Amino acid sequence: MELVPFIIKSIIILVIFGLTLLIAMYSTYGERKVAGFIQDRLGPDRAGPWGLLQPLADAGKMFFKEDFIPAQANKWLFIAGPCVAMLTALMASAVIPFGDTIIYDGVEVAVQAVEANVGILYIFGIVSLGVYGLMIGGWASNNKFSLLGAIRAASQNISYEVAMGMSIVAIIMISESLSIGDIVAQQHGGNWNIWYQPLGFIIFLTCAFAECNRTPFDLPECETELVGGYHTEYSSMKLGFYLFAEYINMFVSSAVISALYFGGYNYPGMDWVAGALTDAFGTVAGHNVATLIGTAVFFGKSLFGVFFYMWVRWTLPRFRYDQLMNLGWKALIPLAMFNIVVTGLAVIFIEPALTAMLK
Amino acid sequence: MVVFSRSPIHSVLYAIMTFFCLSGHYFLLNAQFLAVVNIIVYAGAIMVLFLFVIMFLNMKEDQKDLMPNLTKIAAAIVAGTLFVILFGAYRKSQVGMYDPRSYNSQTGMVESLGQILFRDYLLPFELASILFLIAMVGAVMLGKRELGERHF
Repeated sequence: MELVPFIIKSIIILVIFGLTLLIAMYSTYGERKVAGFIQDRLGPDRAGPWGLLQPLADAGKMFFKEDFIPAQANKWLFIAGPCVAMLTALMASAVIPFGDTIIYDGVEVAVQAVEANVGILYIFGIVSLGVYGLMIGGWASNNKFSLLGAIRAASQNISYEVAMGMSIVAIIMISESLSIGDIVAQQHGGNWNIWYQPLGFIIFLTCAFAECNRTPFDLPECETELVGGYHTEYSSMKLGFYLFAEYINMFVSSAVISALYFGGYNYPGMDWVAGALTDAFGTVAGHNVATLIGTAVFFGKSLFGVFFYMWVRWTLPRFRYDQLMNLGWKALIPLAMFNIVVTGLAVIFIEPALTAMLK
Repeated sequence: MVVFSRSPIHSVLYAIMTFFCLSGHYFLLNAQFLAVVNIIVYAGAIMVLFLFVIMFLNMKEDQKDLMPNLTKIAAAIVAGTLFVILFGAYRKSQVGMYDPRSYNSQTGMVESLGQILFRDYLLPFELASILFLIAMVGAVMLGKRELGERHF
């Protein structure tokens, strides 16, 4: 690889990495503010103006707490658990296209860490690895409640992965590509996949909630039954890592949702905006500014996704475990299969007819 | 490491690492699809189930440290014979070298894989899927409790 694209890529990767961490950090603040708003109270307002320094205060508290490892616990696995959770949470953002291309010195560089032609499968694989963090941590704590939480997390993730994969298959069928860059590029303007895949979107969203262990699917850490679930024995920054990984997962999954279903960096009227900017600033600068606007739109969509997670969390009660399994296996998987069949029929019969009519 | 670990949990974790190494090899062989699917299916699903089952077992009770000597000797002989066979096969076999001129960089990609699977090898592919279906139905039948018995 040549030097200039390499440097630009490195900067992009670092910026995305930093932004992901920052967003995850302020999601904890946002979560409490949203909770406060929904429950008609103020939320954190002591640290800094409007409580804006609250995440820093929390991090400081986490770091100074006693880092406790239970006597009978498996020490290495106990430490590895949160690390794996954090690692898998951060890895997934590598193939998400955060924007169109940046032109610098005549070279076009995509605002995406890695353009892999199996991008969506990569994300799927990383998501399926995410459960190891919880399982290892839960088992290594040597605590019945943690183990139960870990086992719940594992069975829940495995069950919902199936439906998730099937809802992705329908997306792959209409876009005929496994690369997320291609999938996003095909949703140019307002031509988003959600108009074609409303059912698939609902299935994917539900599964994403389950994969992130968010309410109403947060049974692995159900306080009323399991004390604290898989992180009962954790304290200090190891617990912080688990909580942090959850928020990173939330952000990354909303980024994936907005890339797959809401057109990623595409927004209605983007060609007009790009044209106006190119006229105003010249080809290169105009293109780059248009790309930046697209990236901002993408982040806006993702942040709305994060807000949606919080909204649901403070609105819906938790499922019972058998209800969760019934929903996963008896409702979502048949629906996803039905969705695949309908999409296949539409791609084969309706699409050629429509294109023939439009000609 | 998979074989030598005392604790089954450690064995499973090492096996997961082995799958990752395998996927790395697939990537080096330019078979990206195979590599990612390997991670999804083996590391993501099958090994999670392994871990799941092993976690349910009570590890403390069934740690048999010492096997009978006969078992050890038998295992050593079997493993040694296998090693000799593998080594002999490896020495005899011709390692295929790739030719830069006729090499197609798209060989391991999804598109060409799909073309080959669904055009040239359609019948074997469908037969294999029917086999999987039968295995799945069989597993469900075997795992089913009798009527009236409560699950869990």
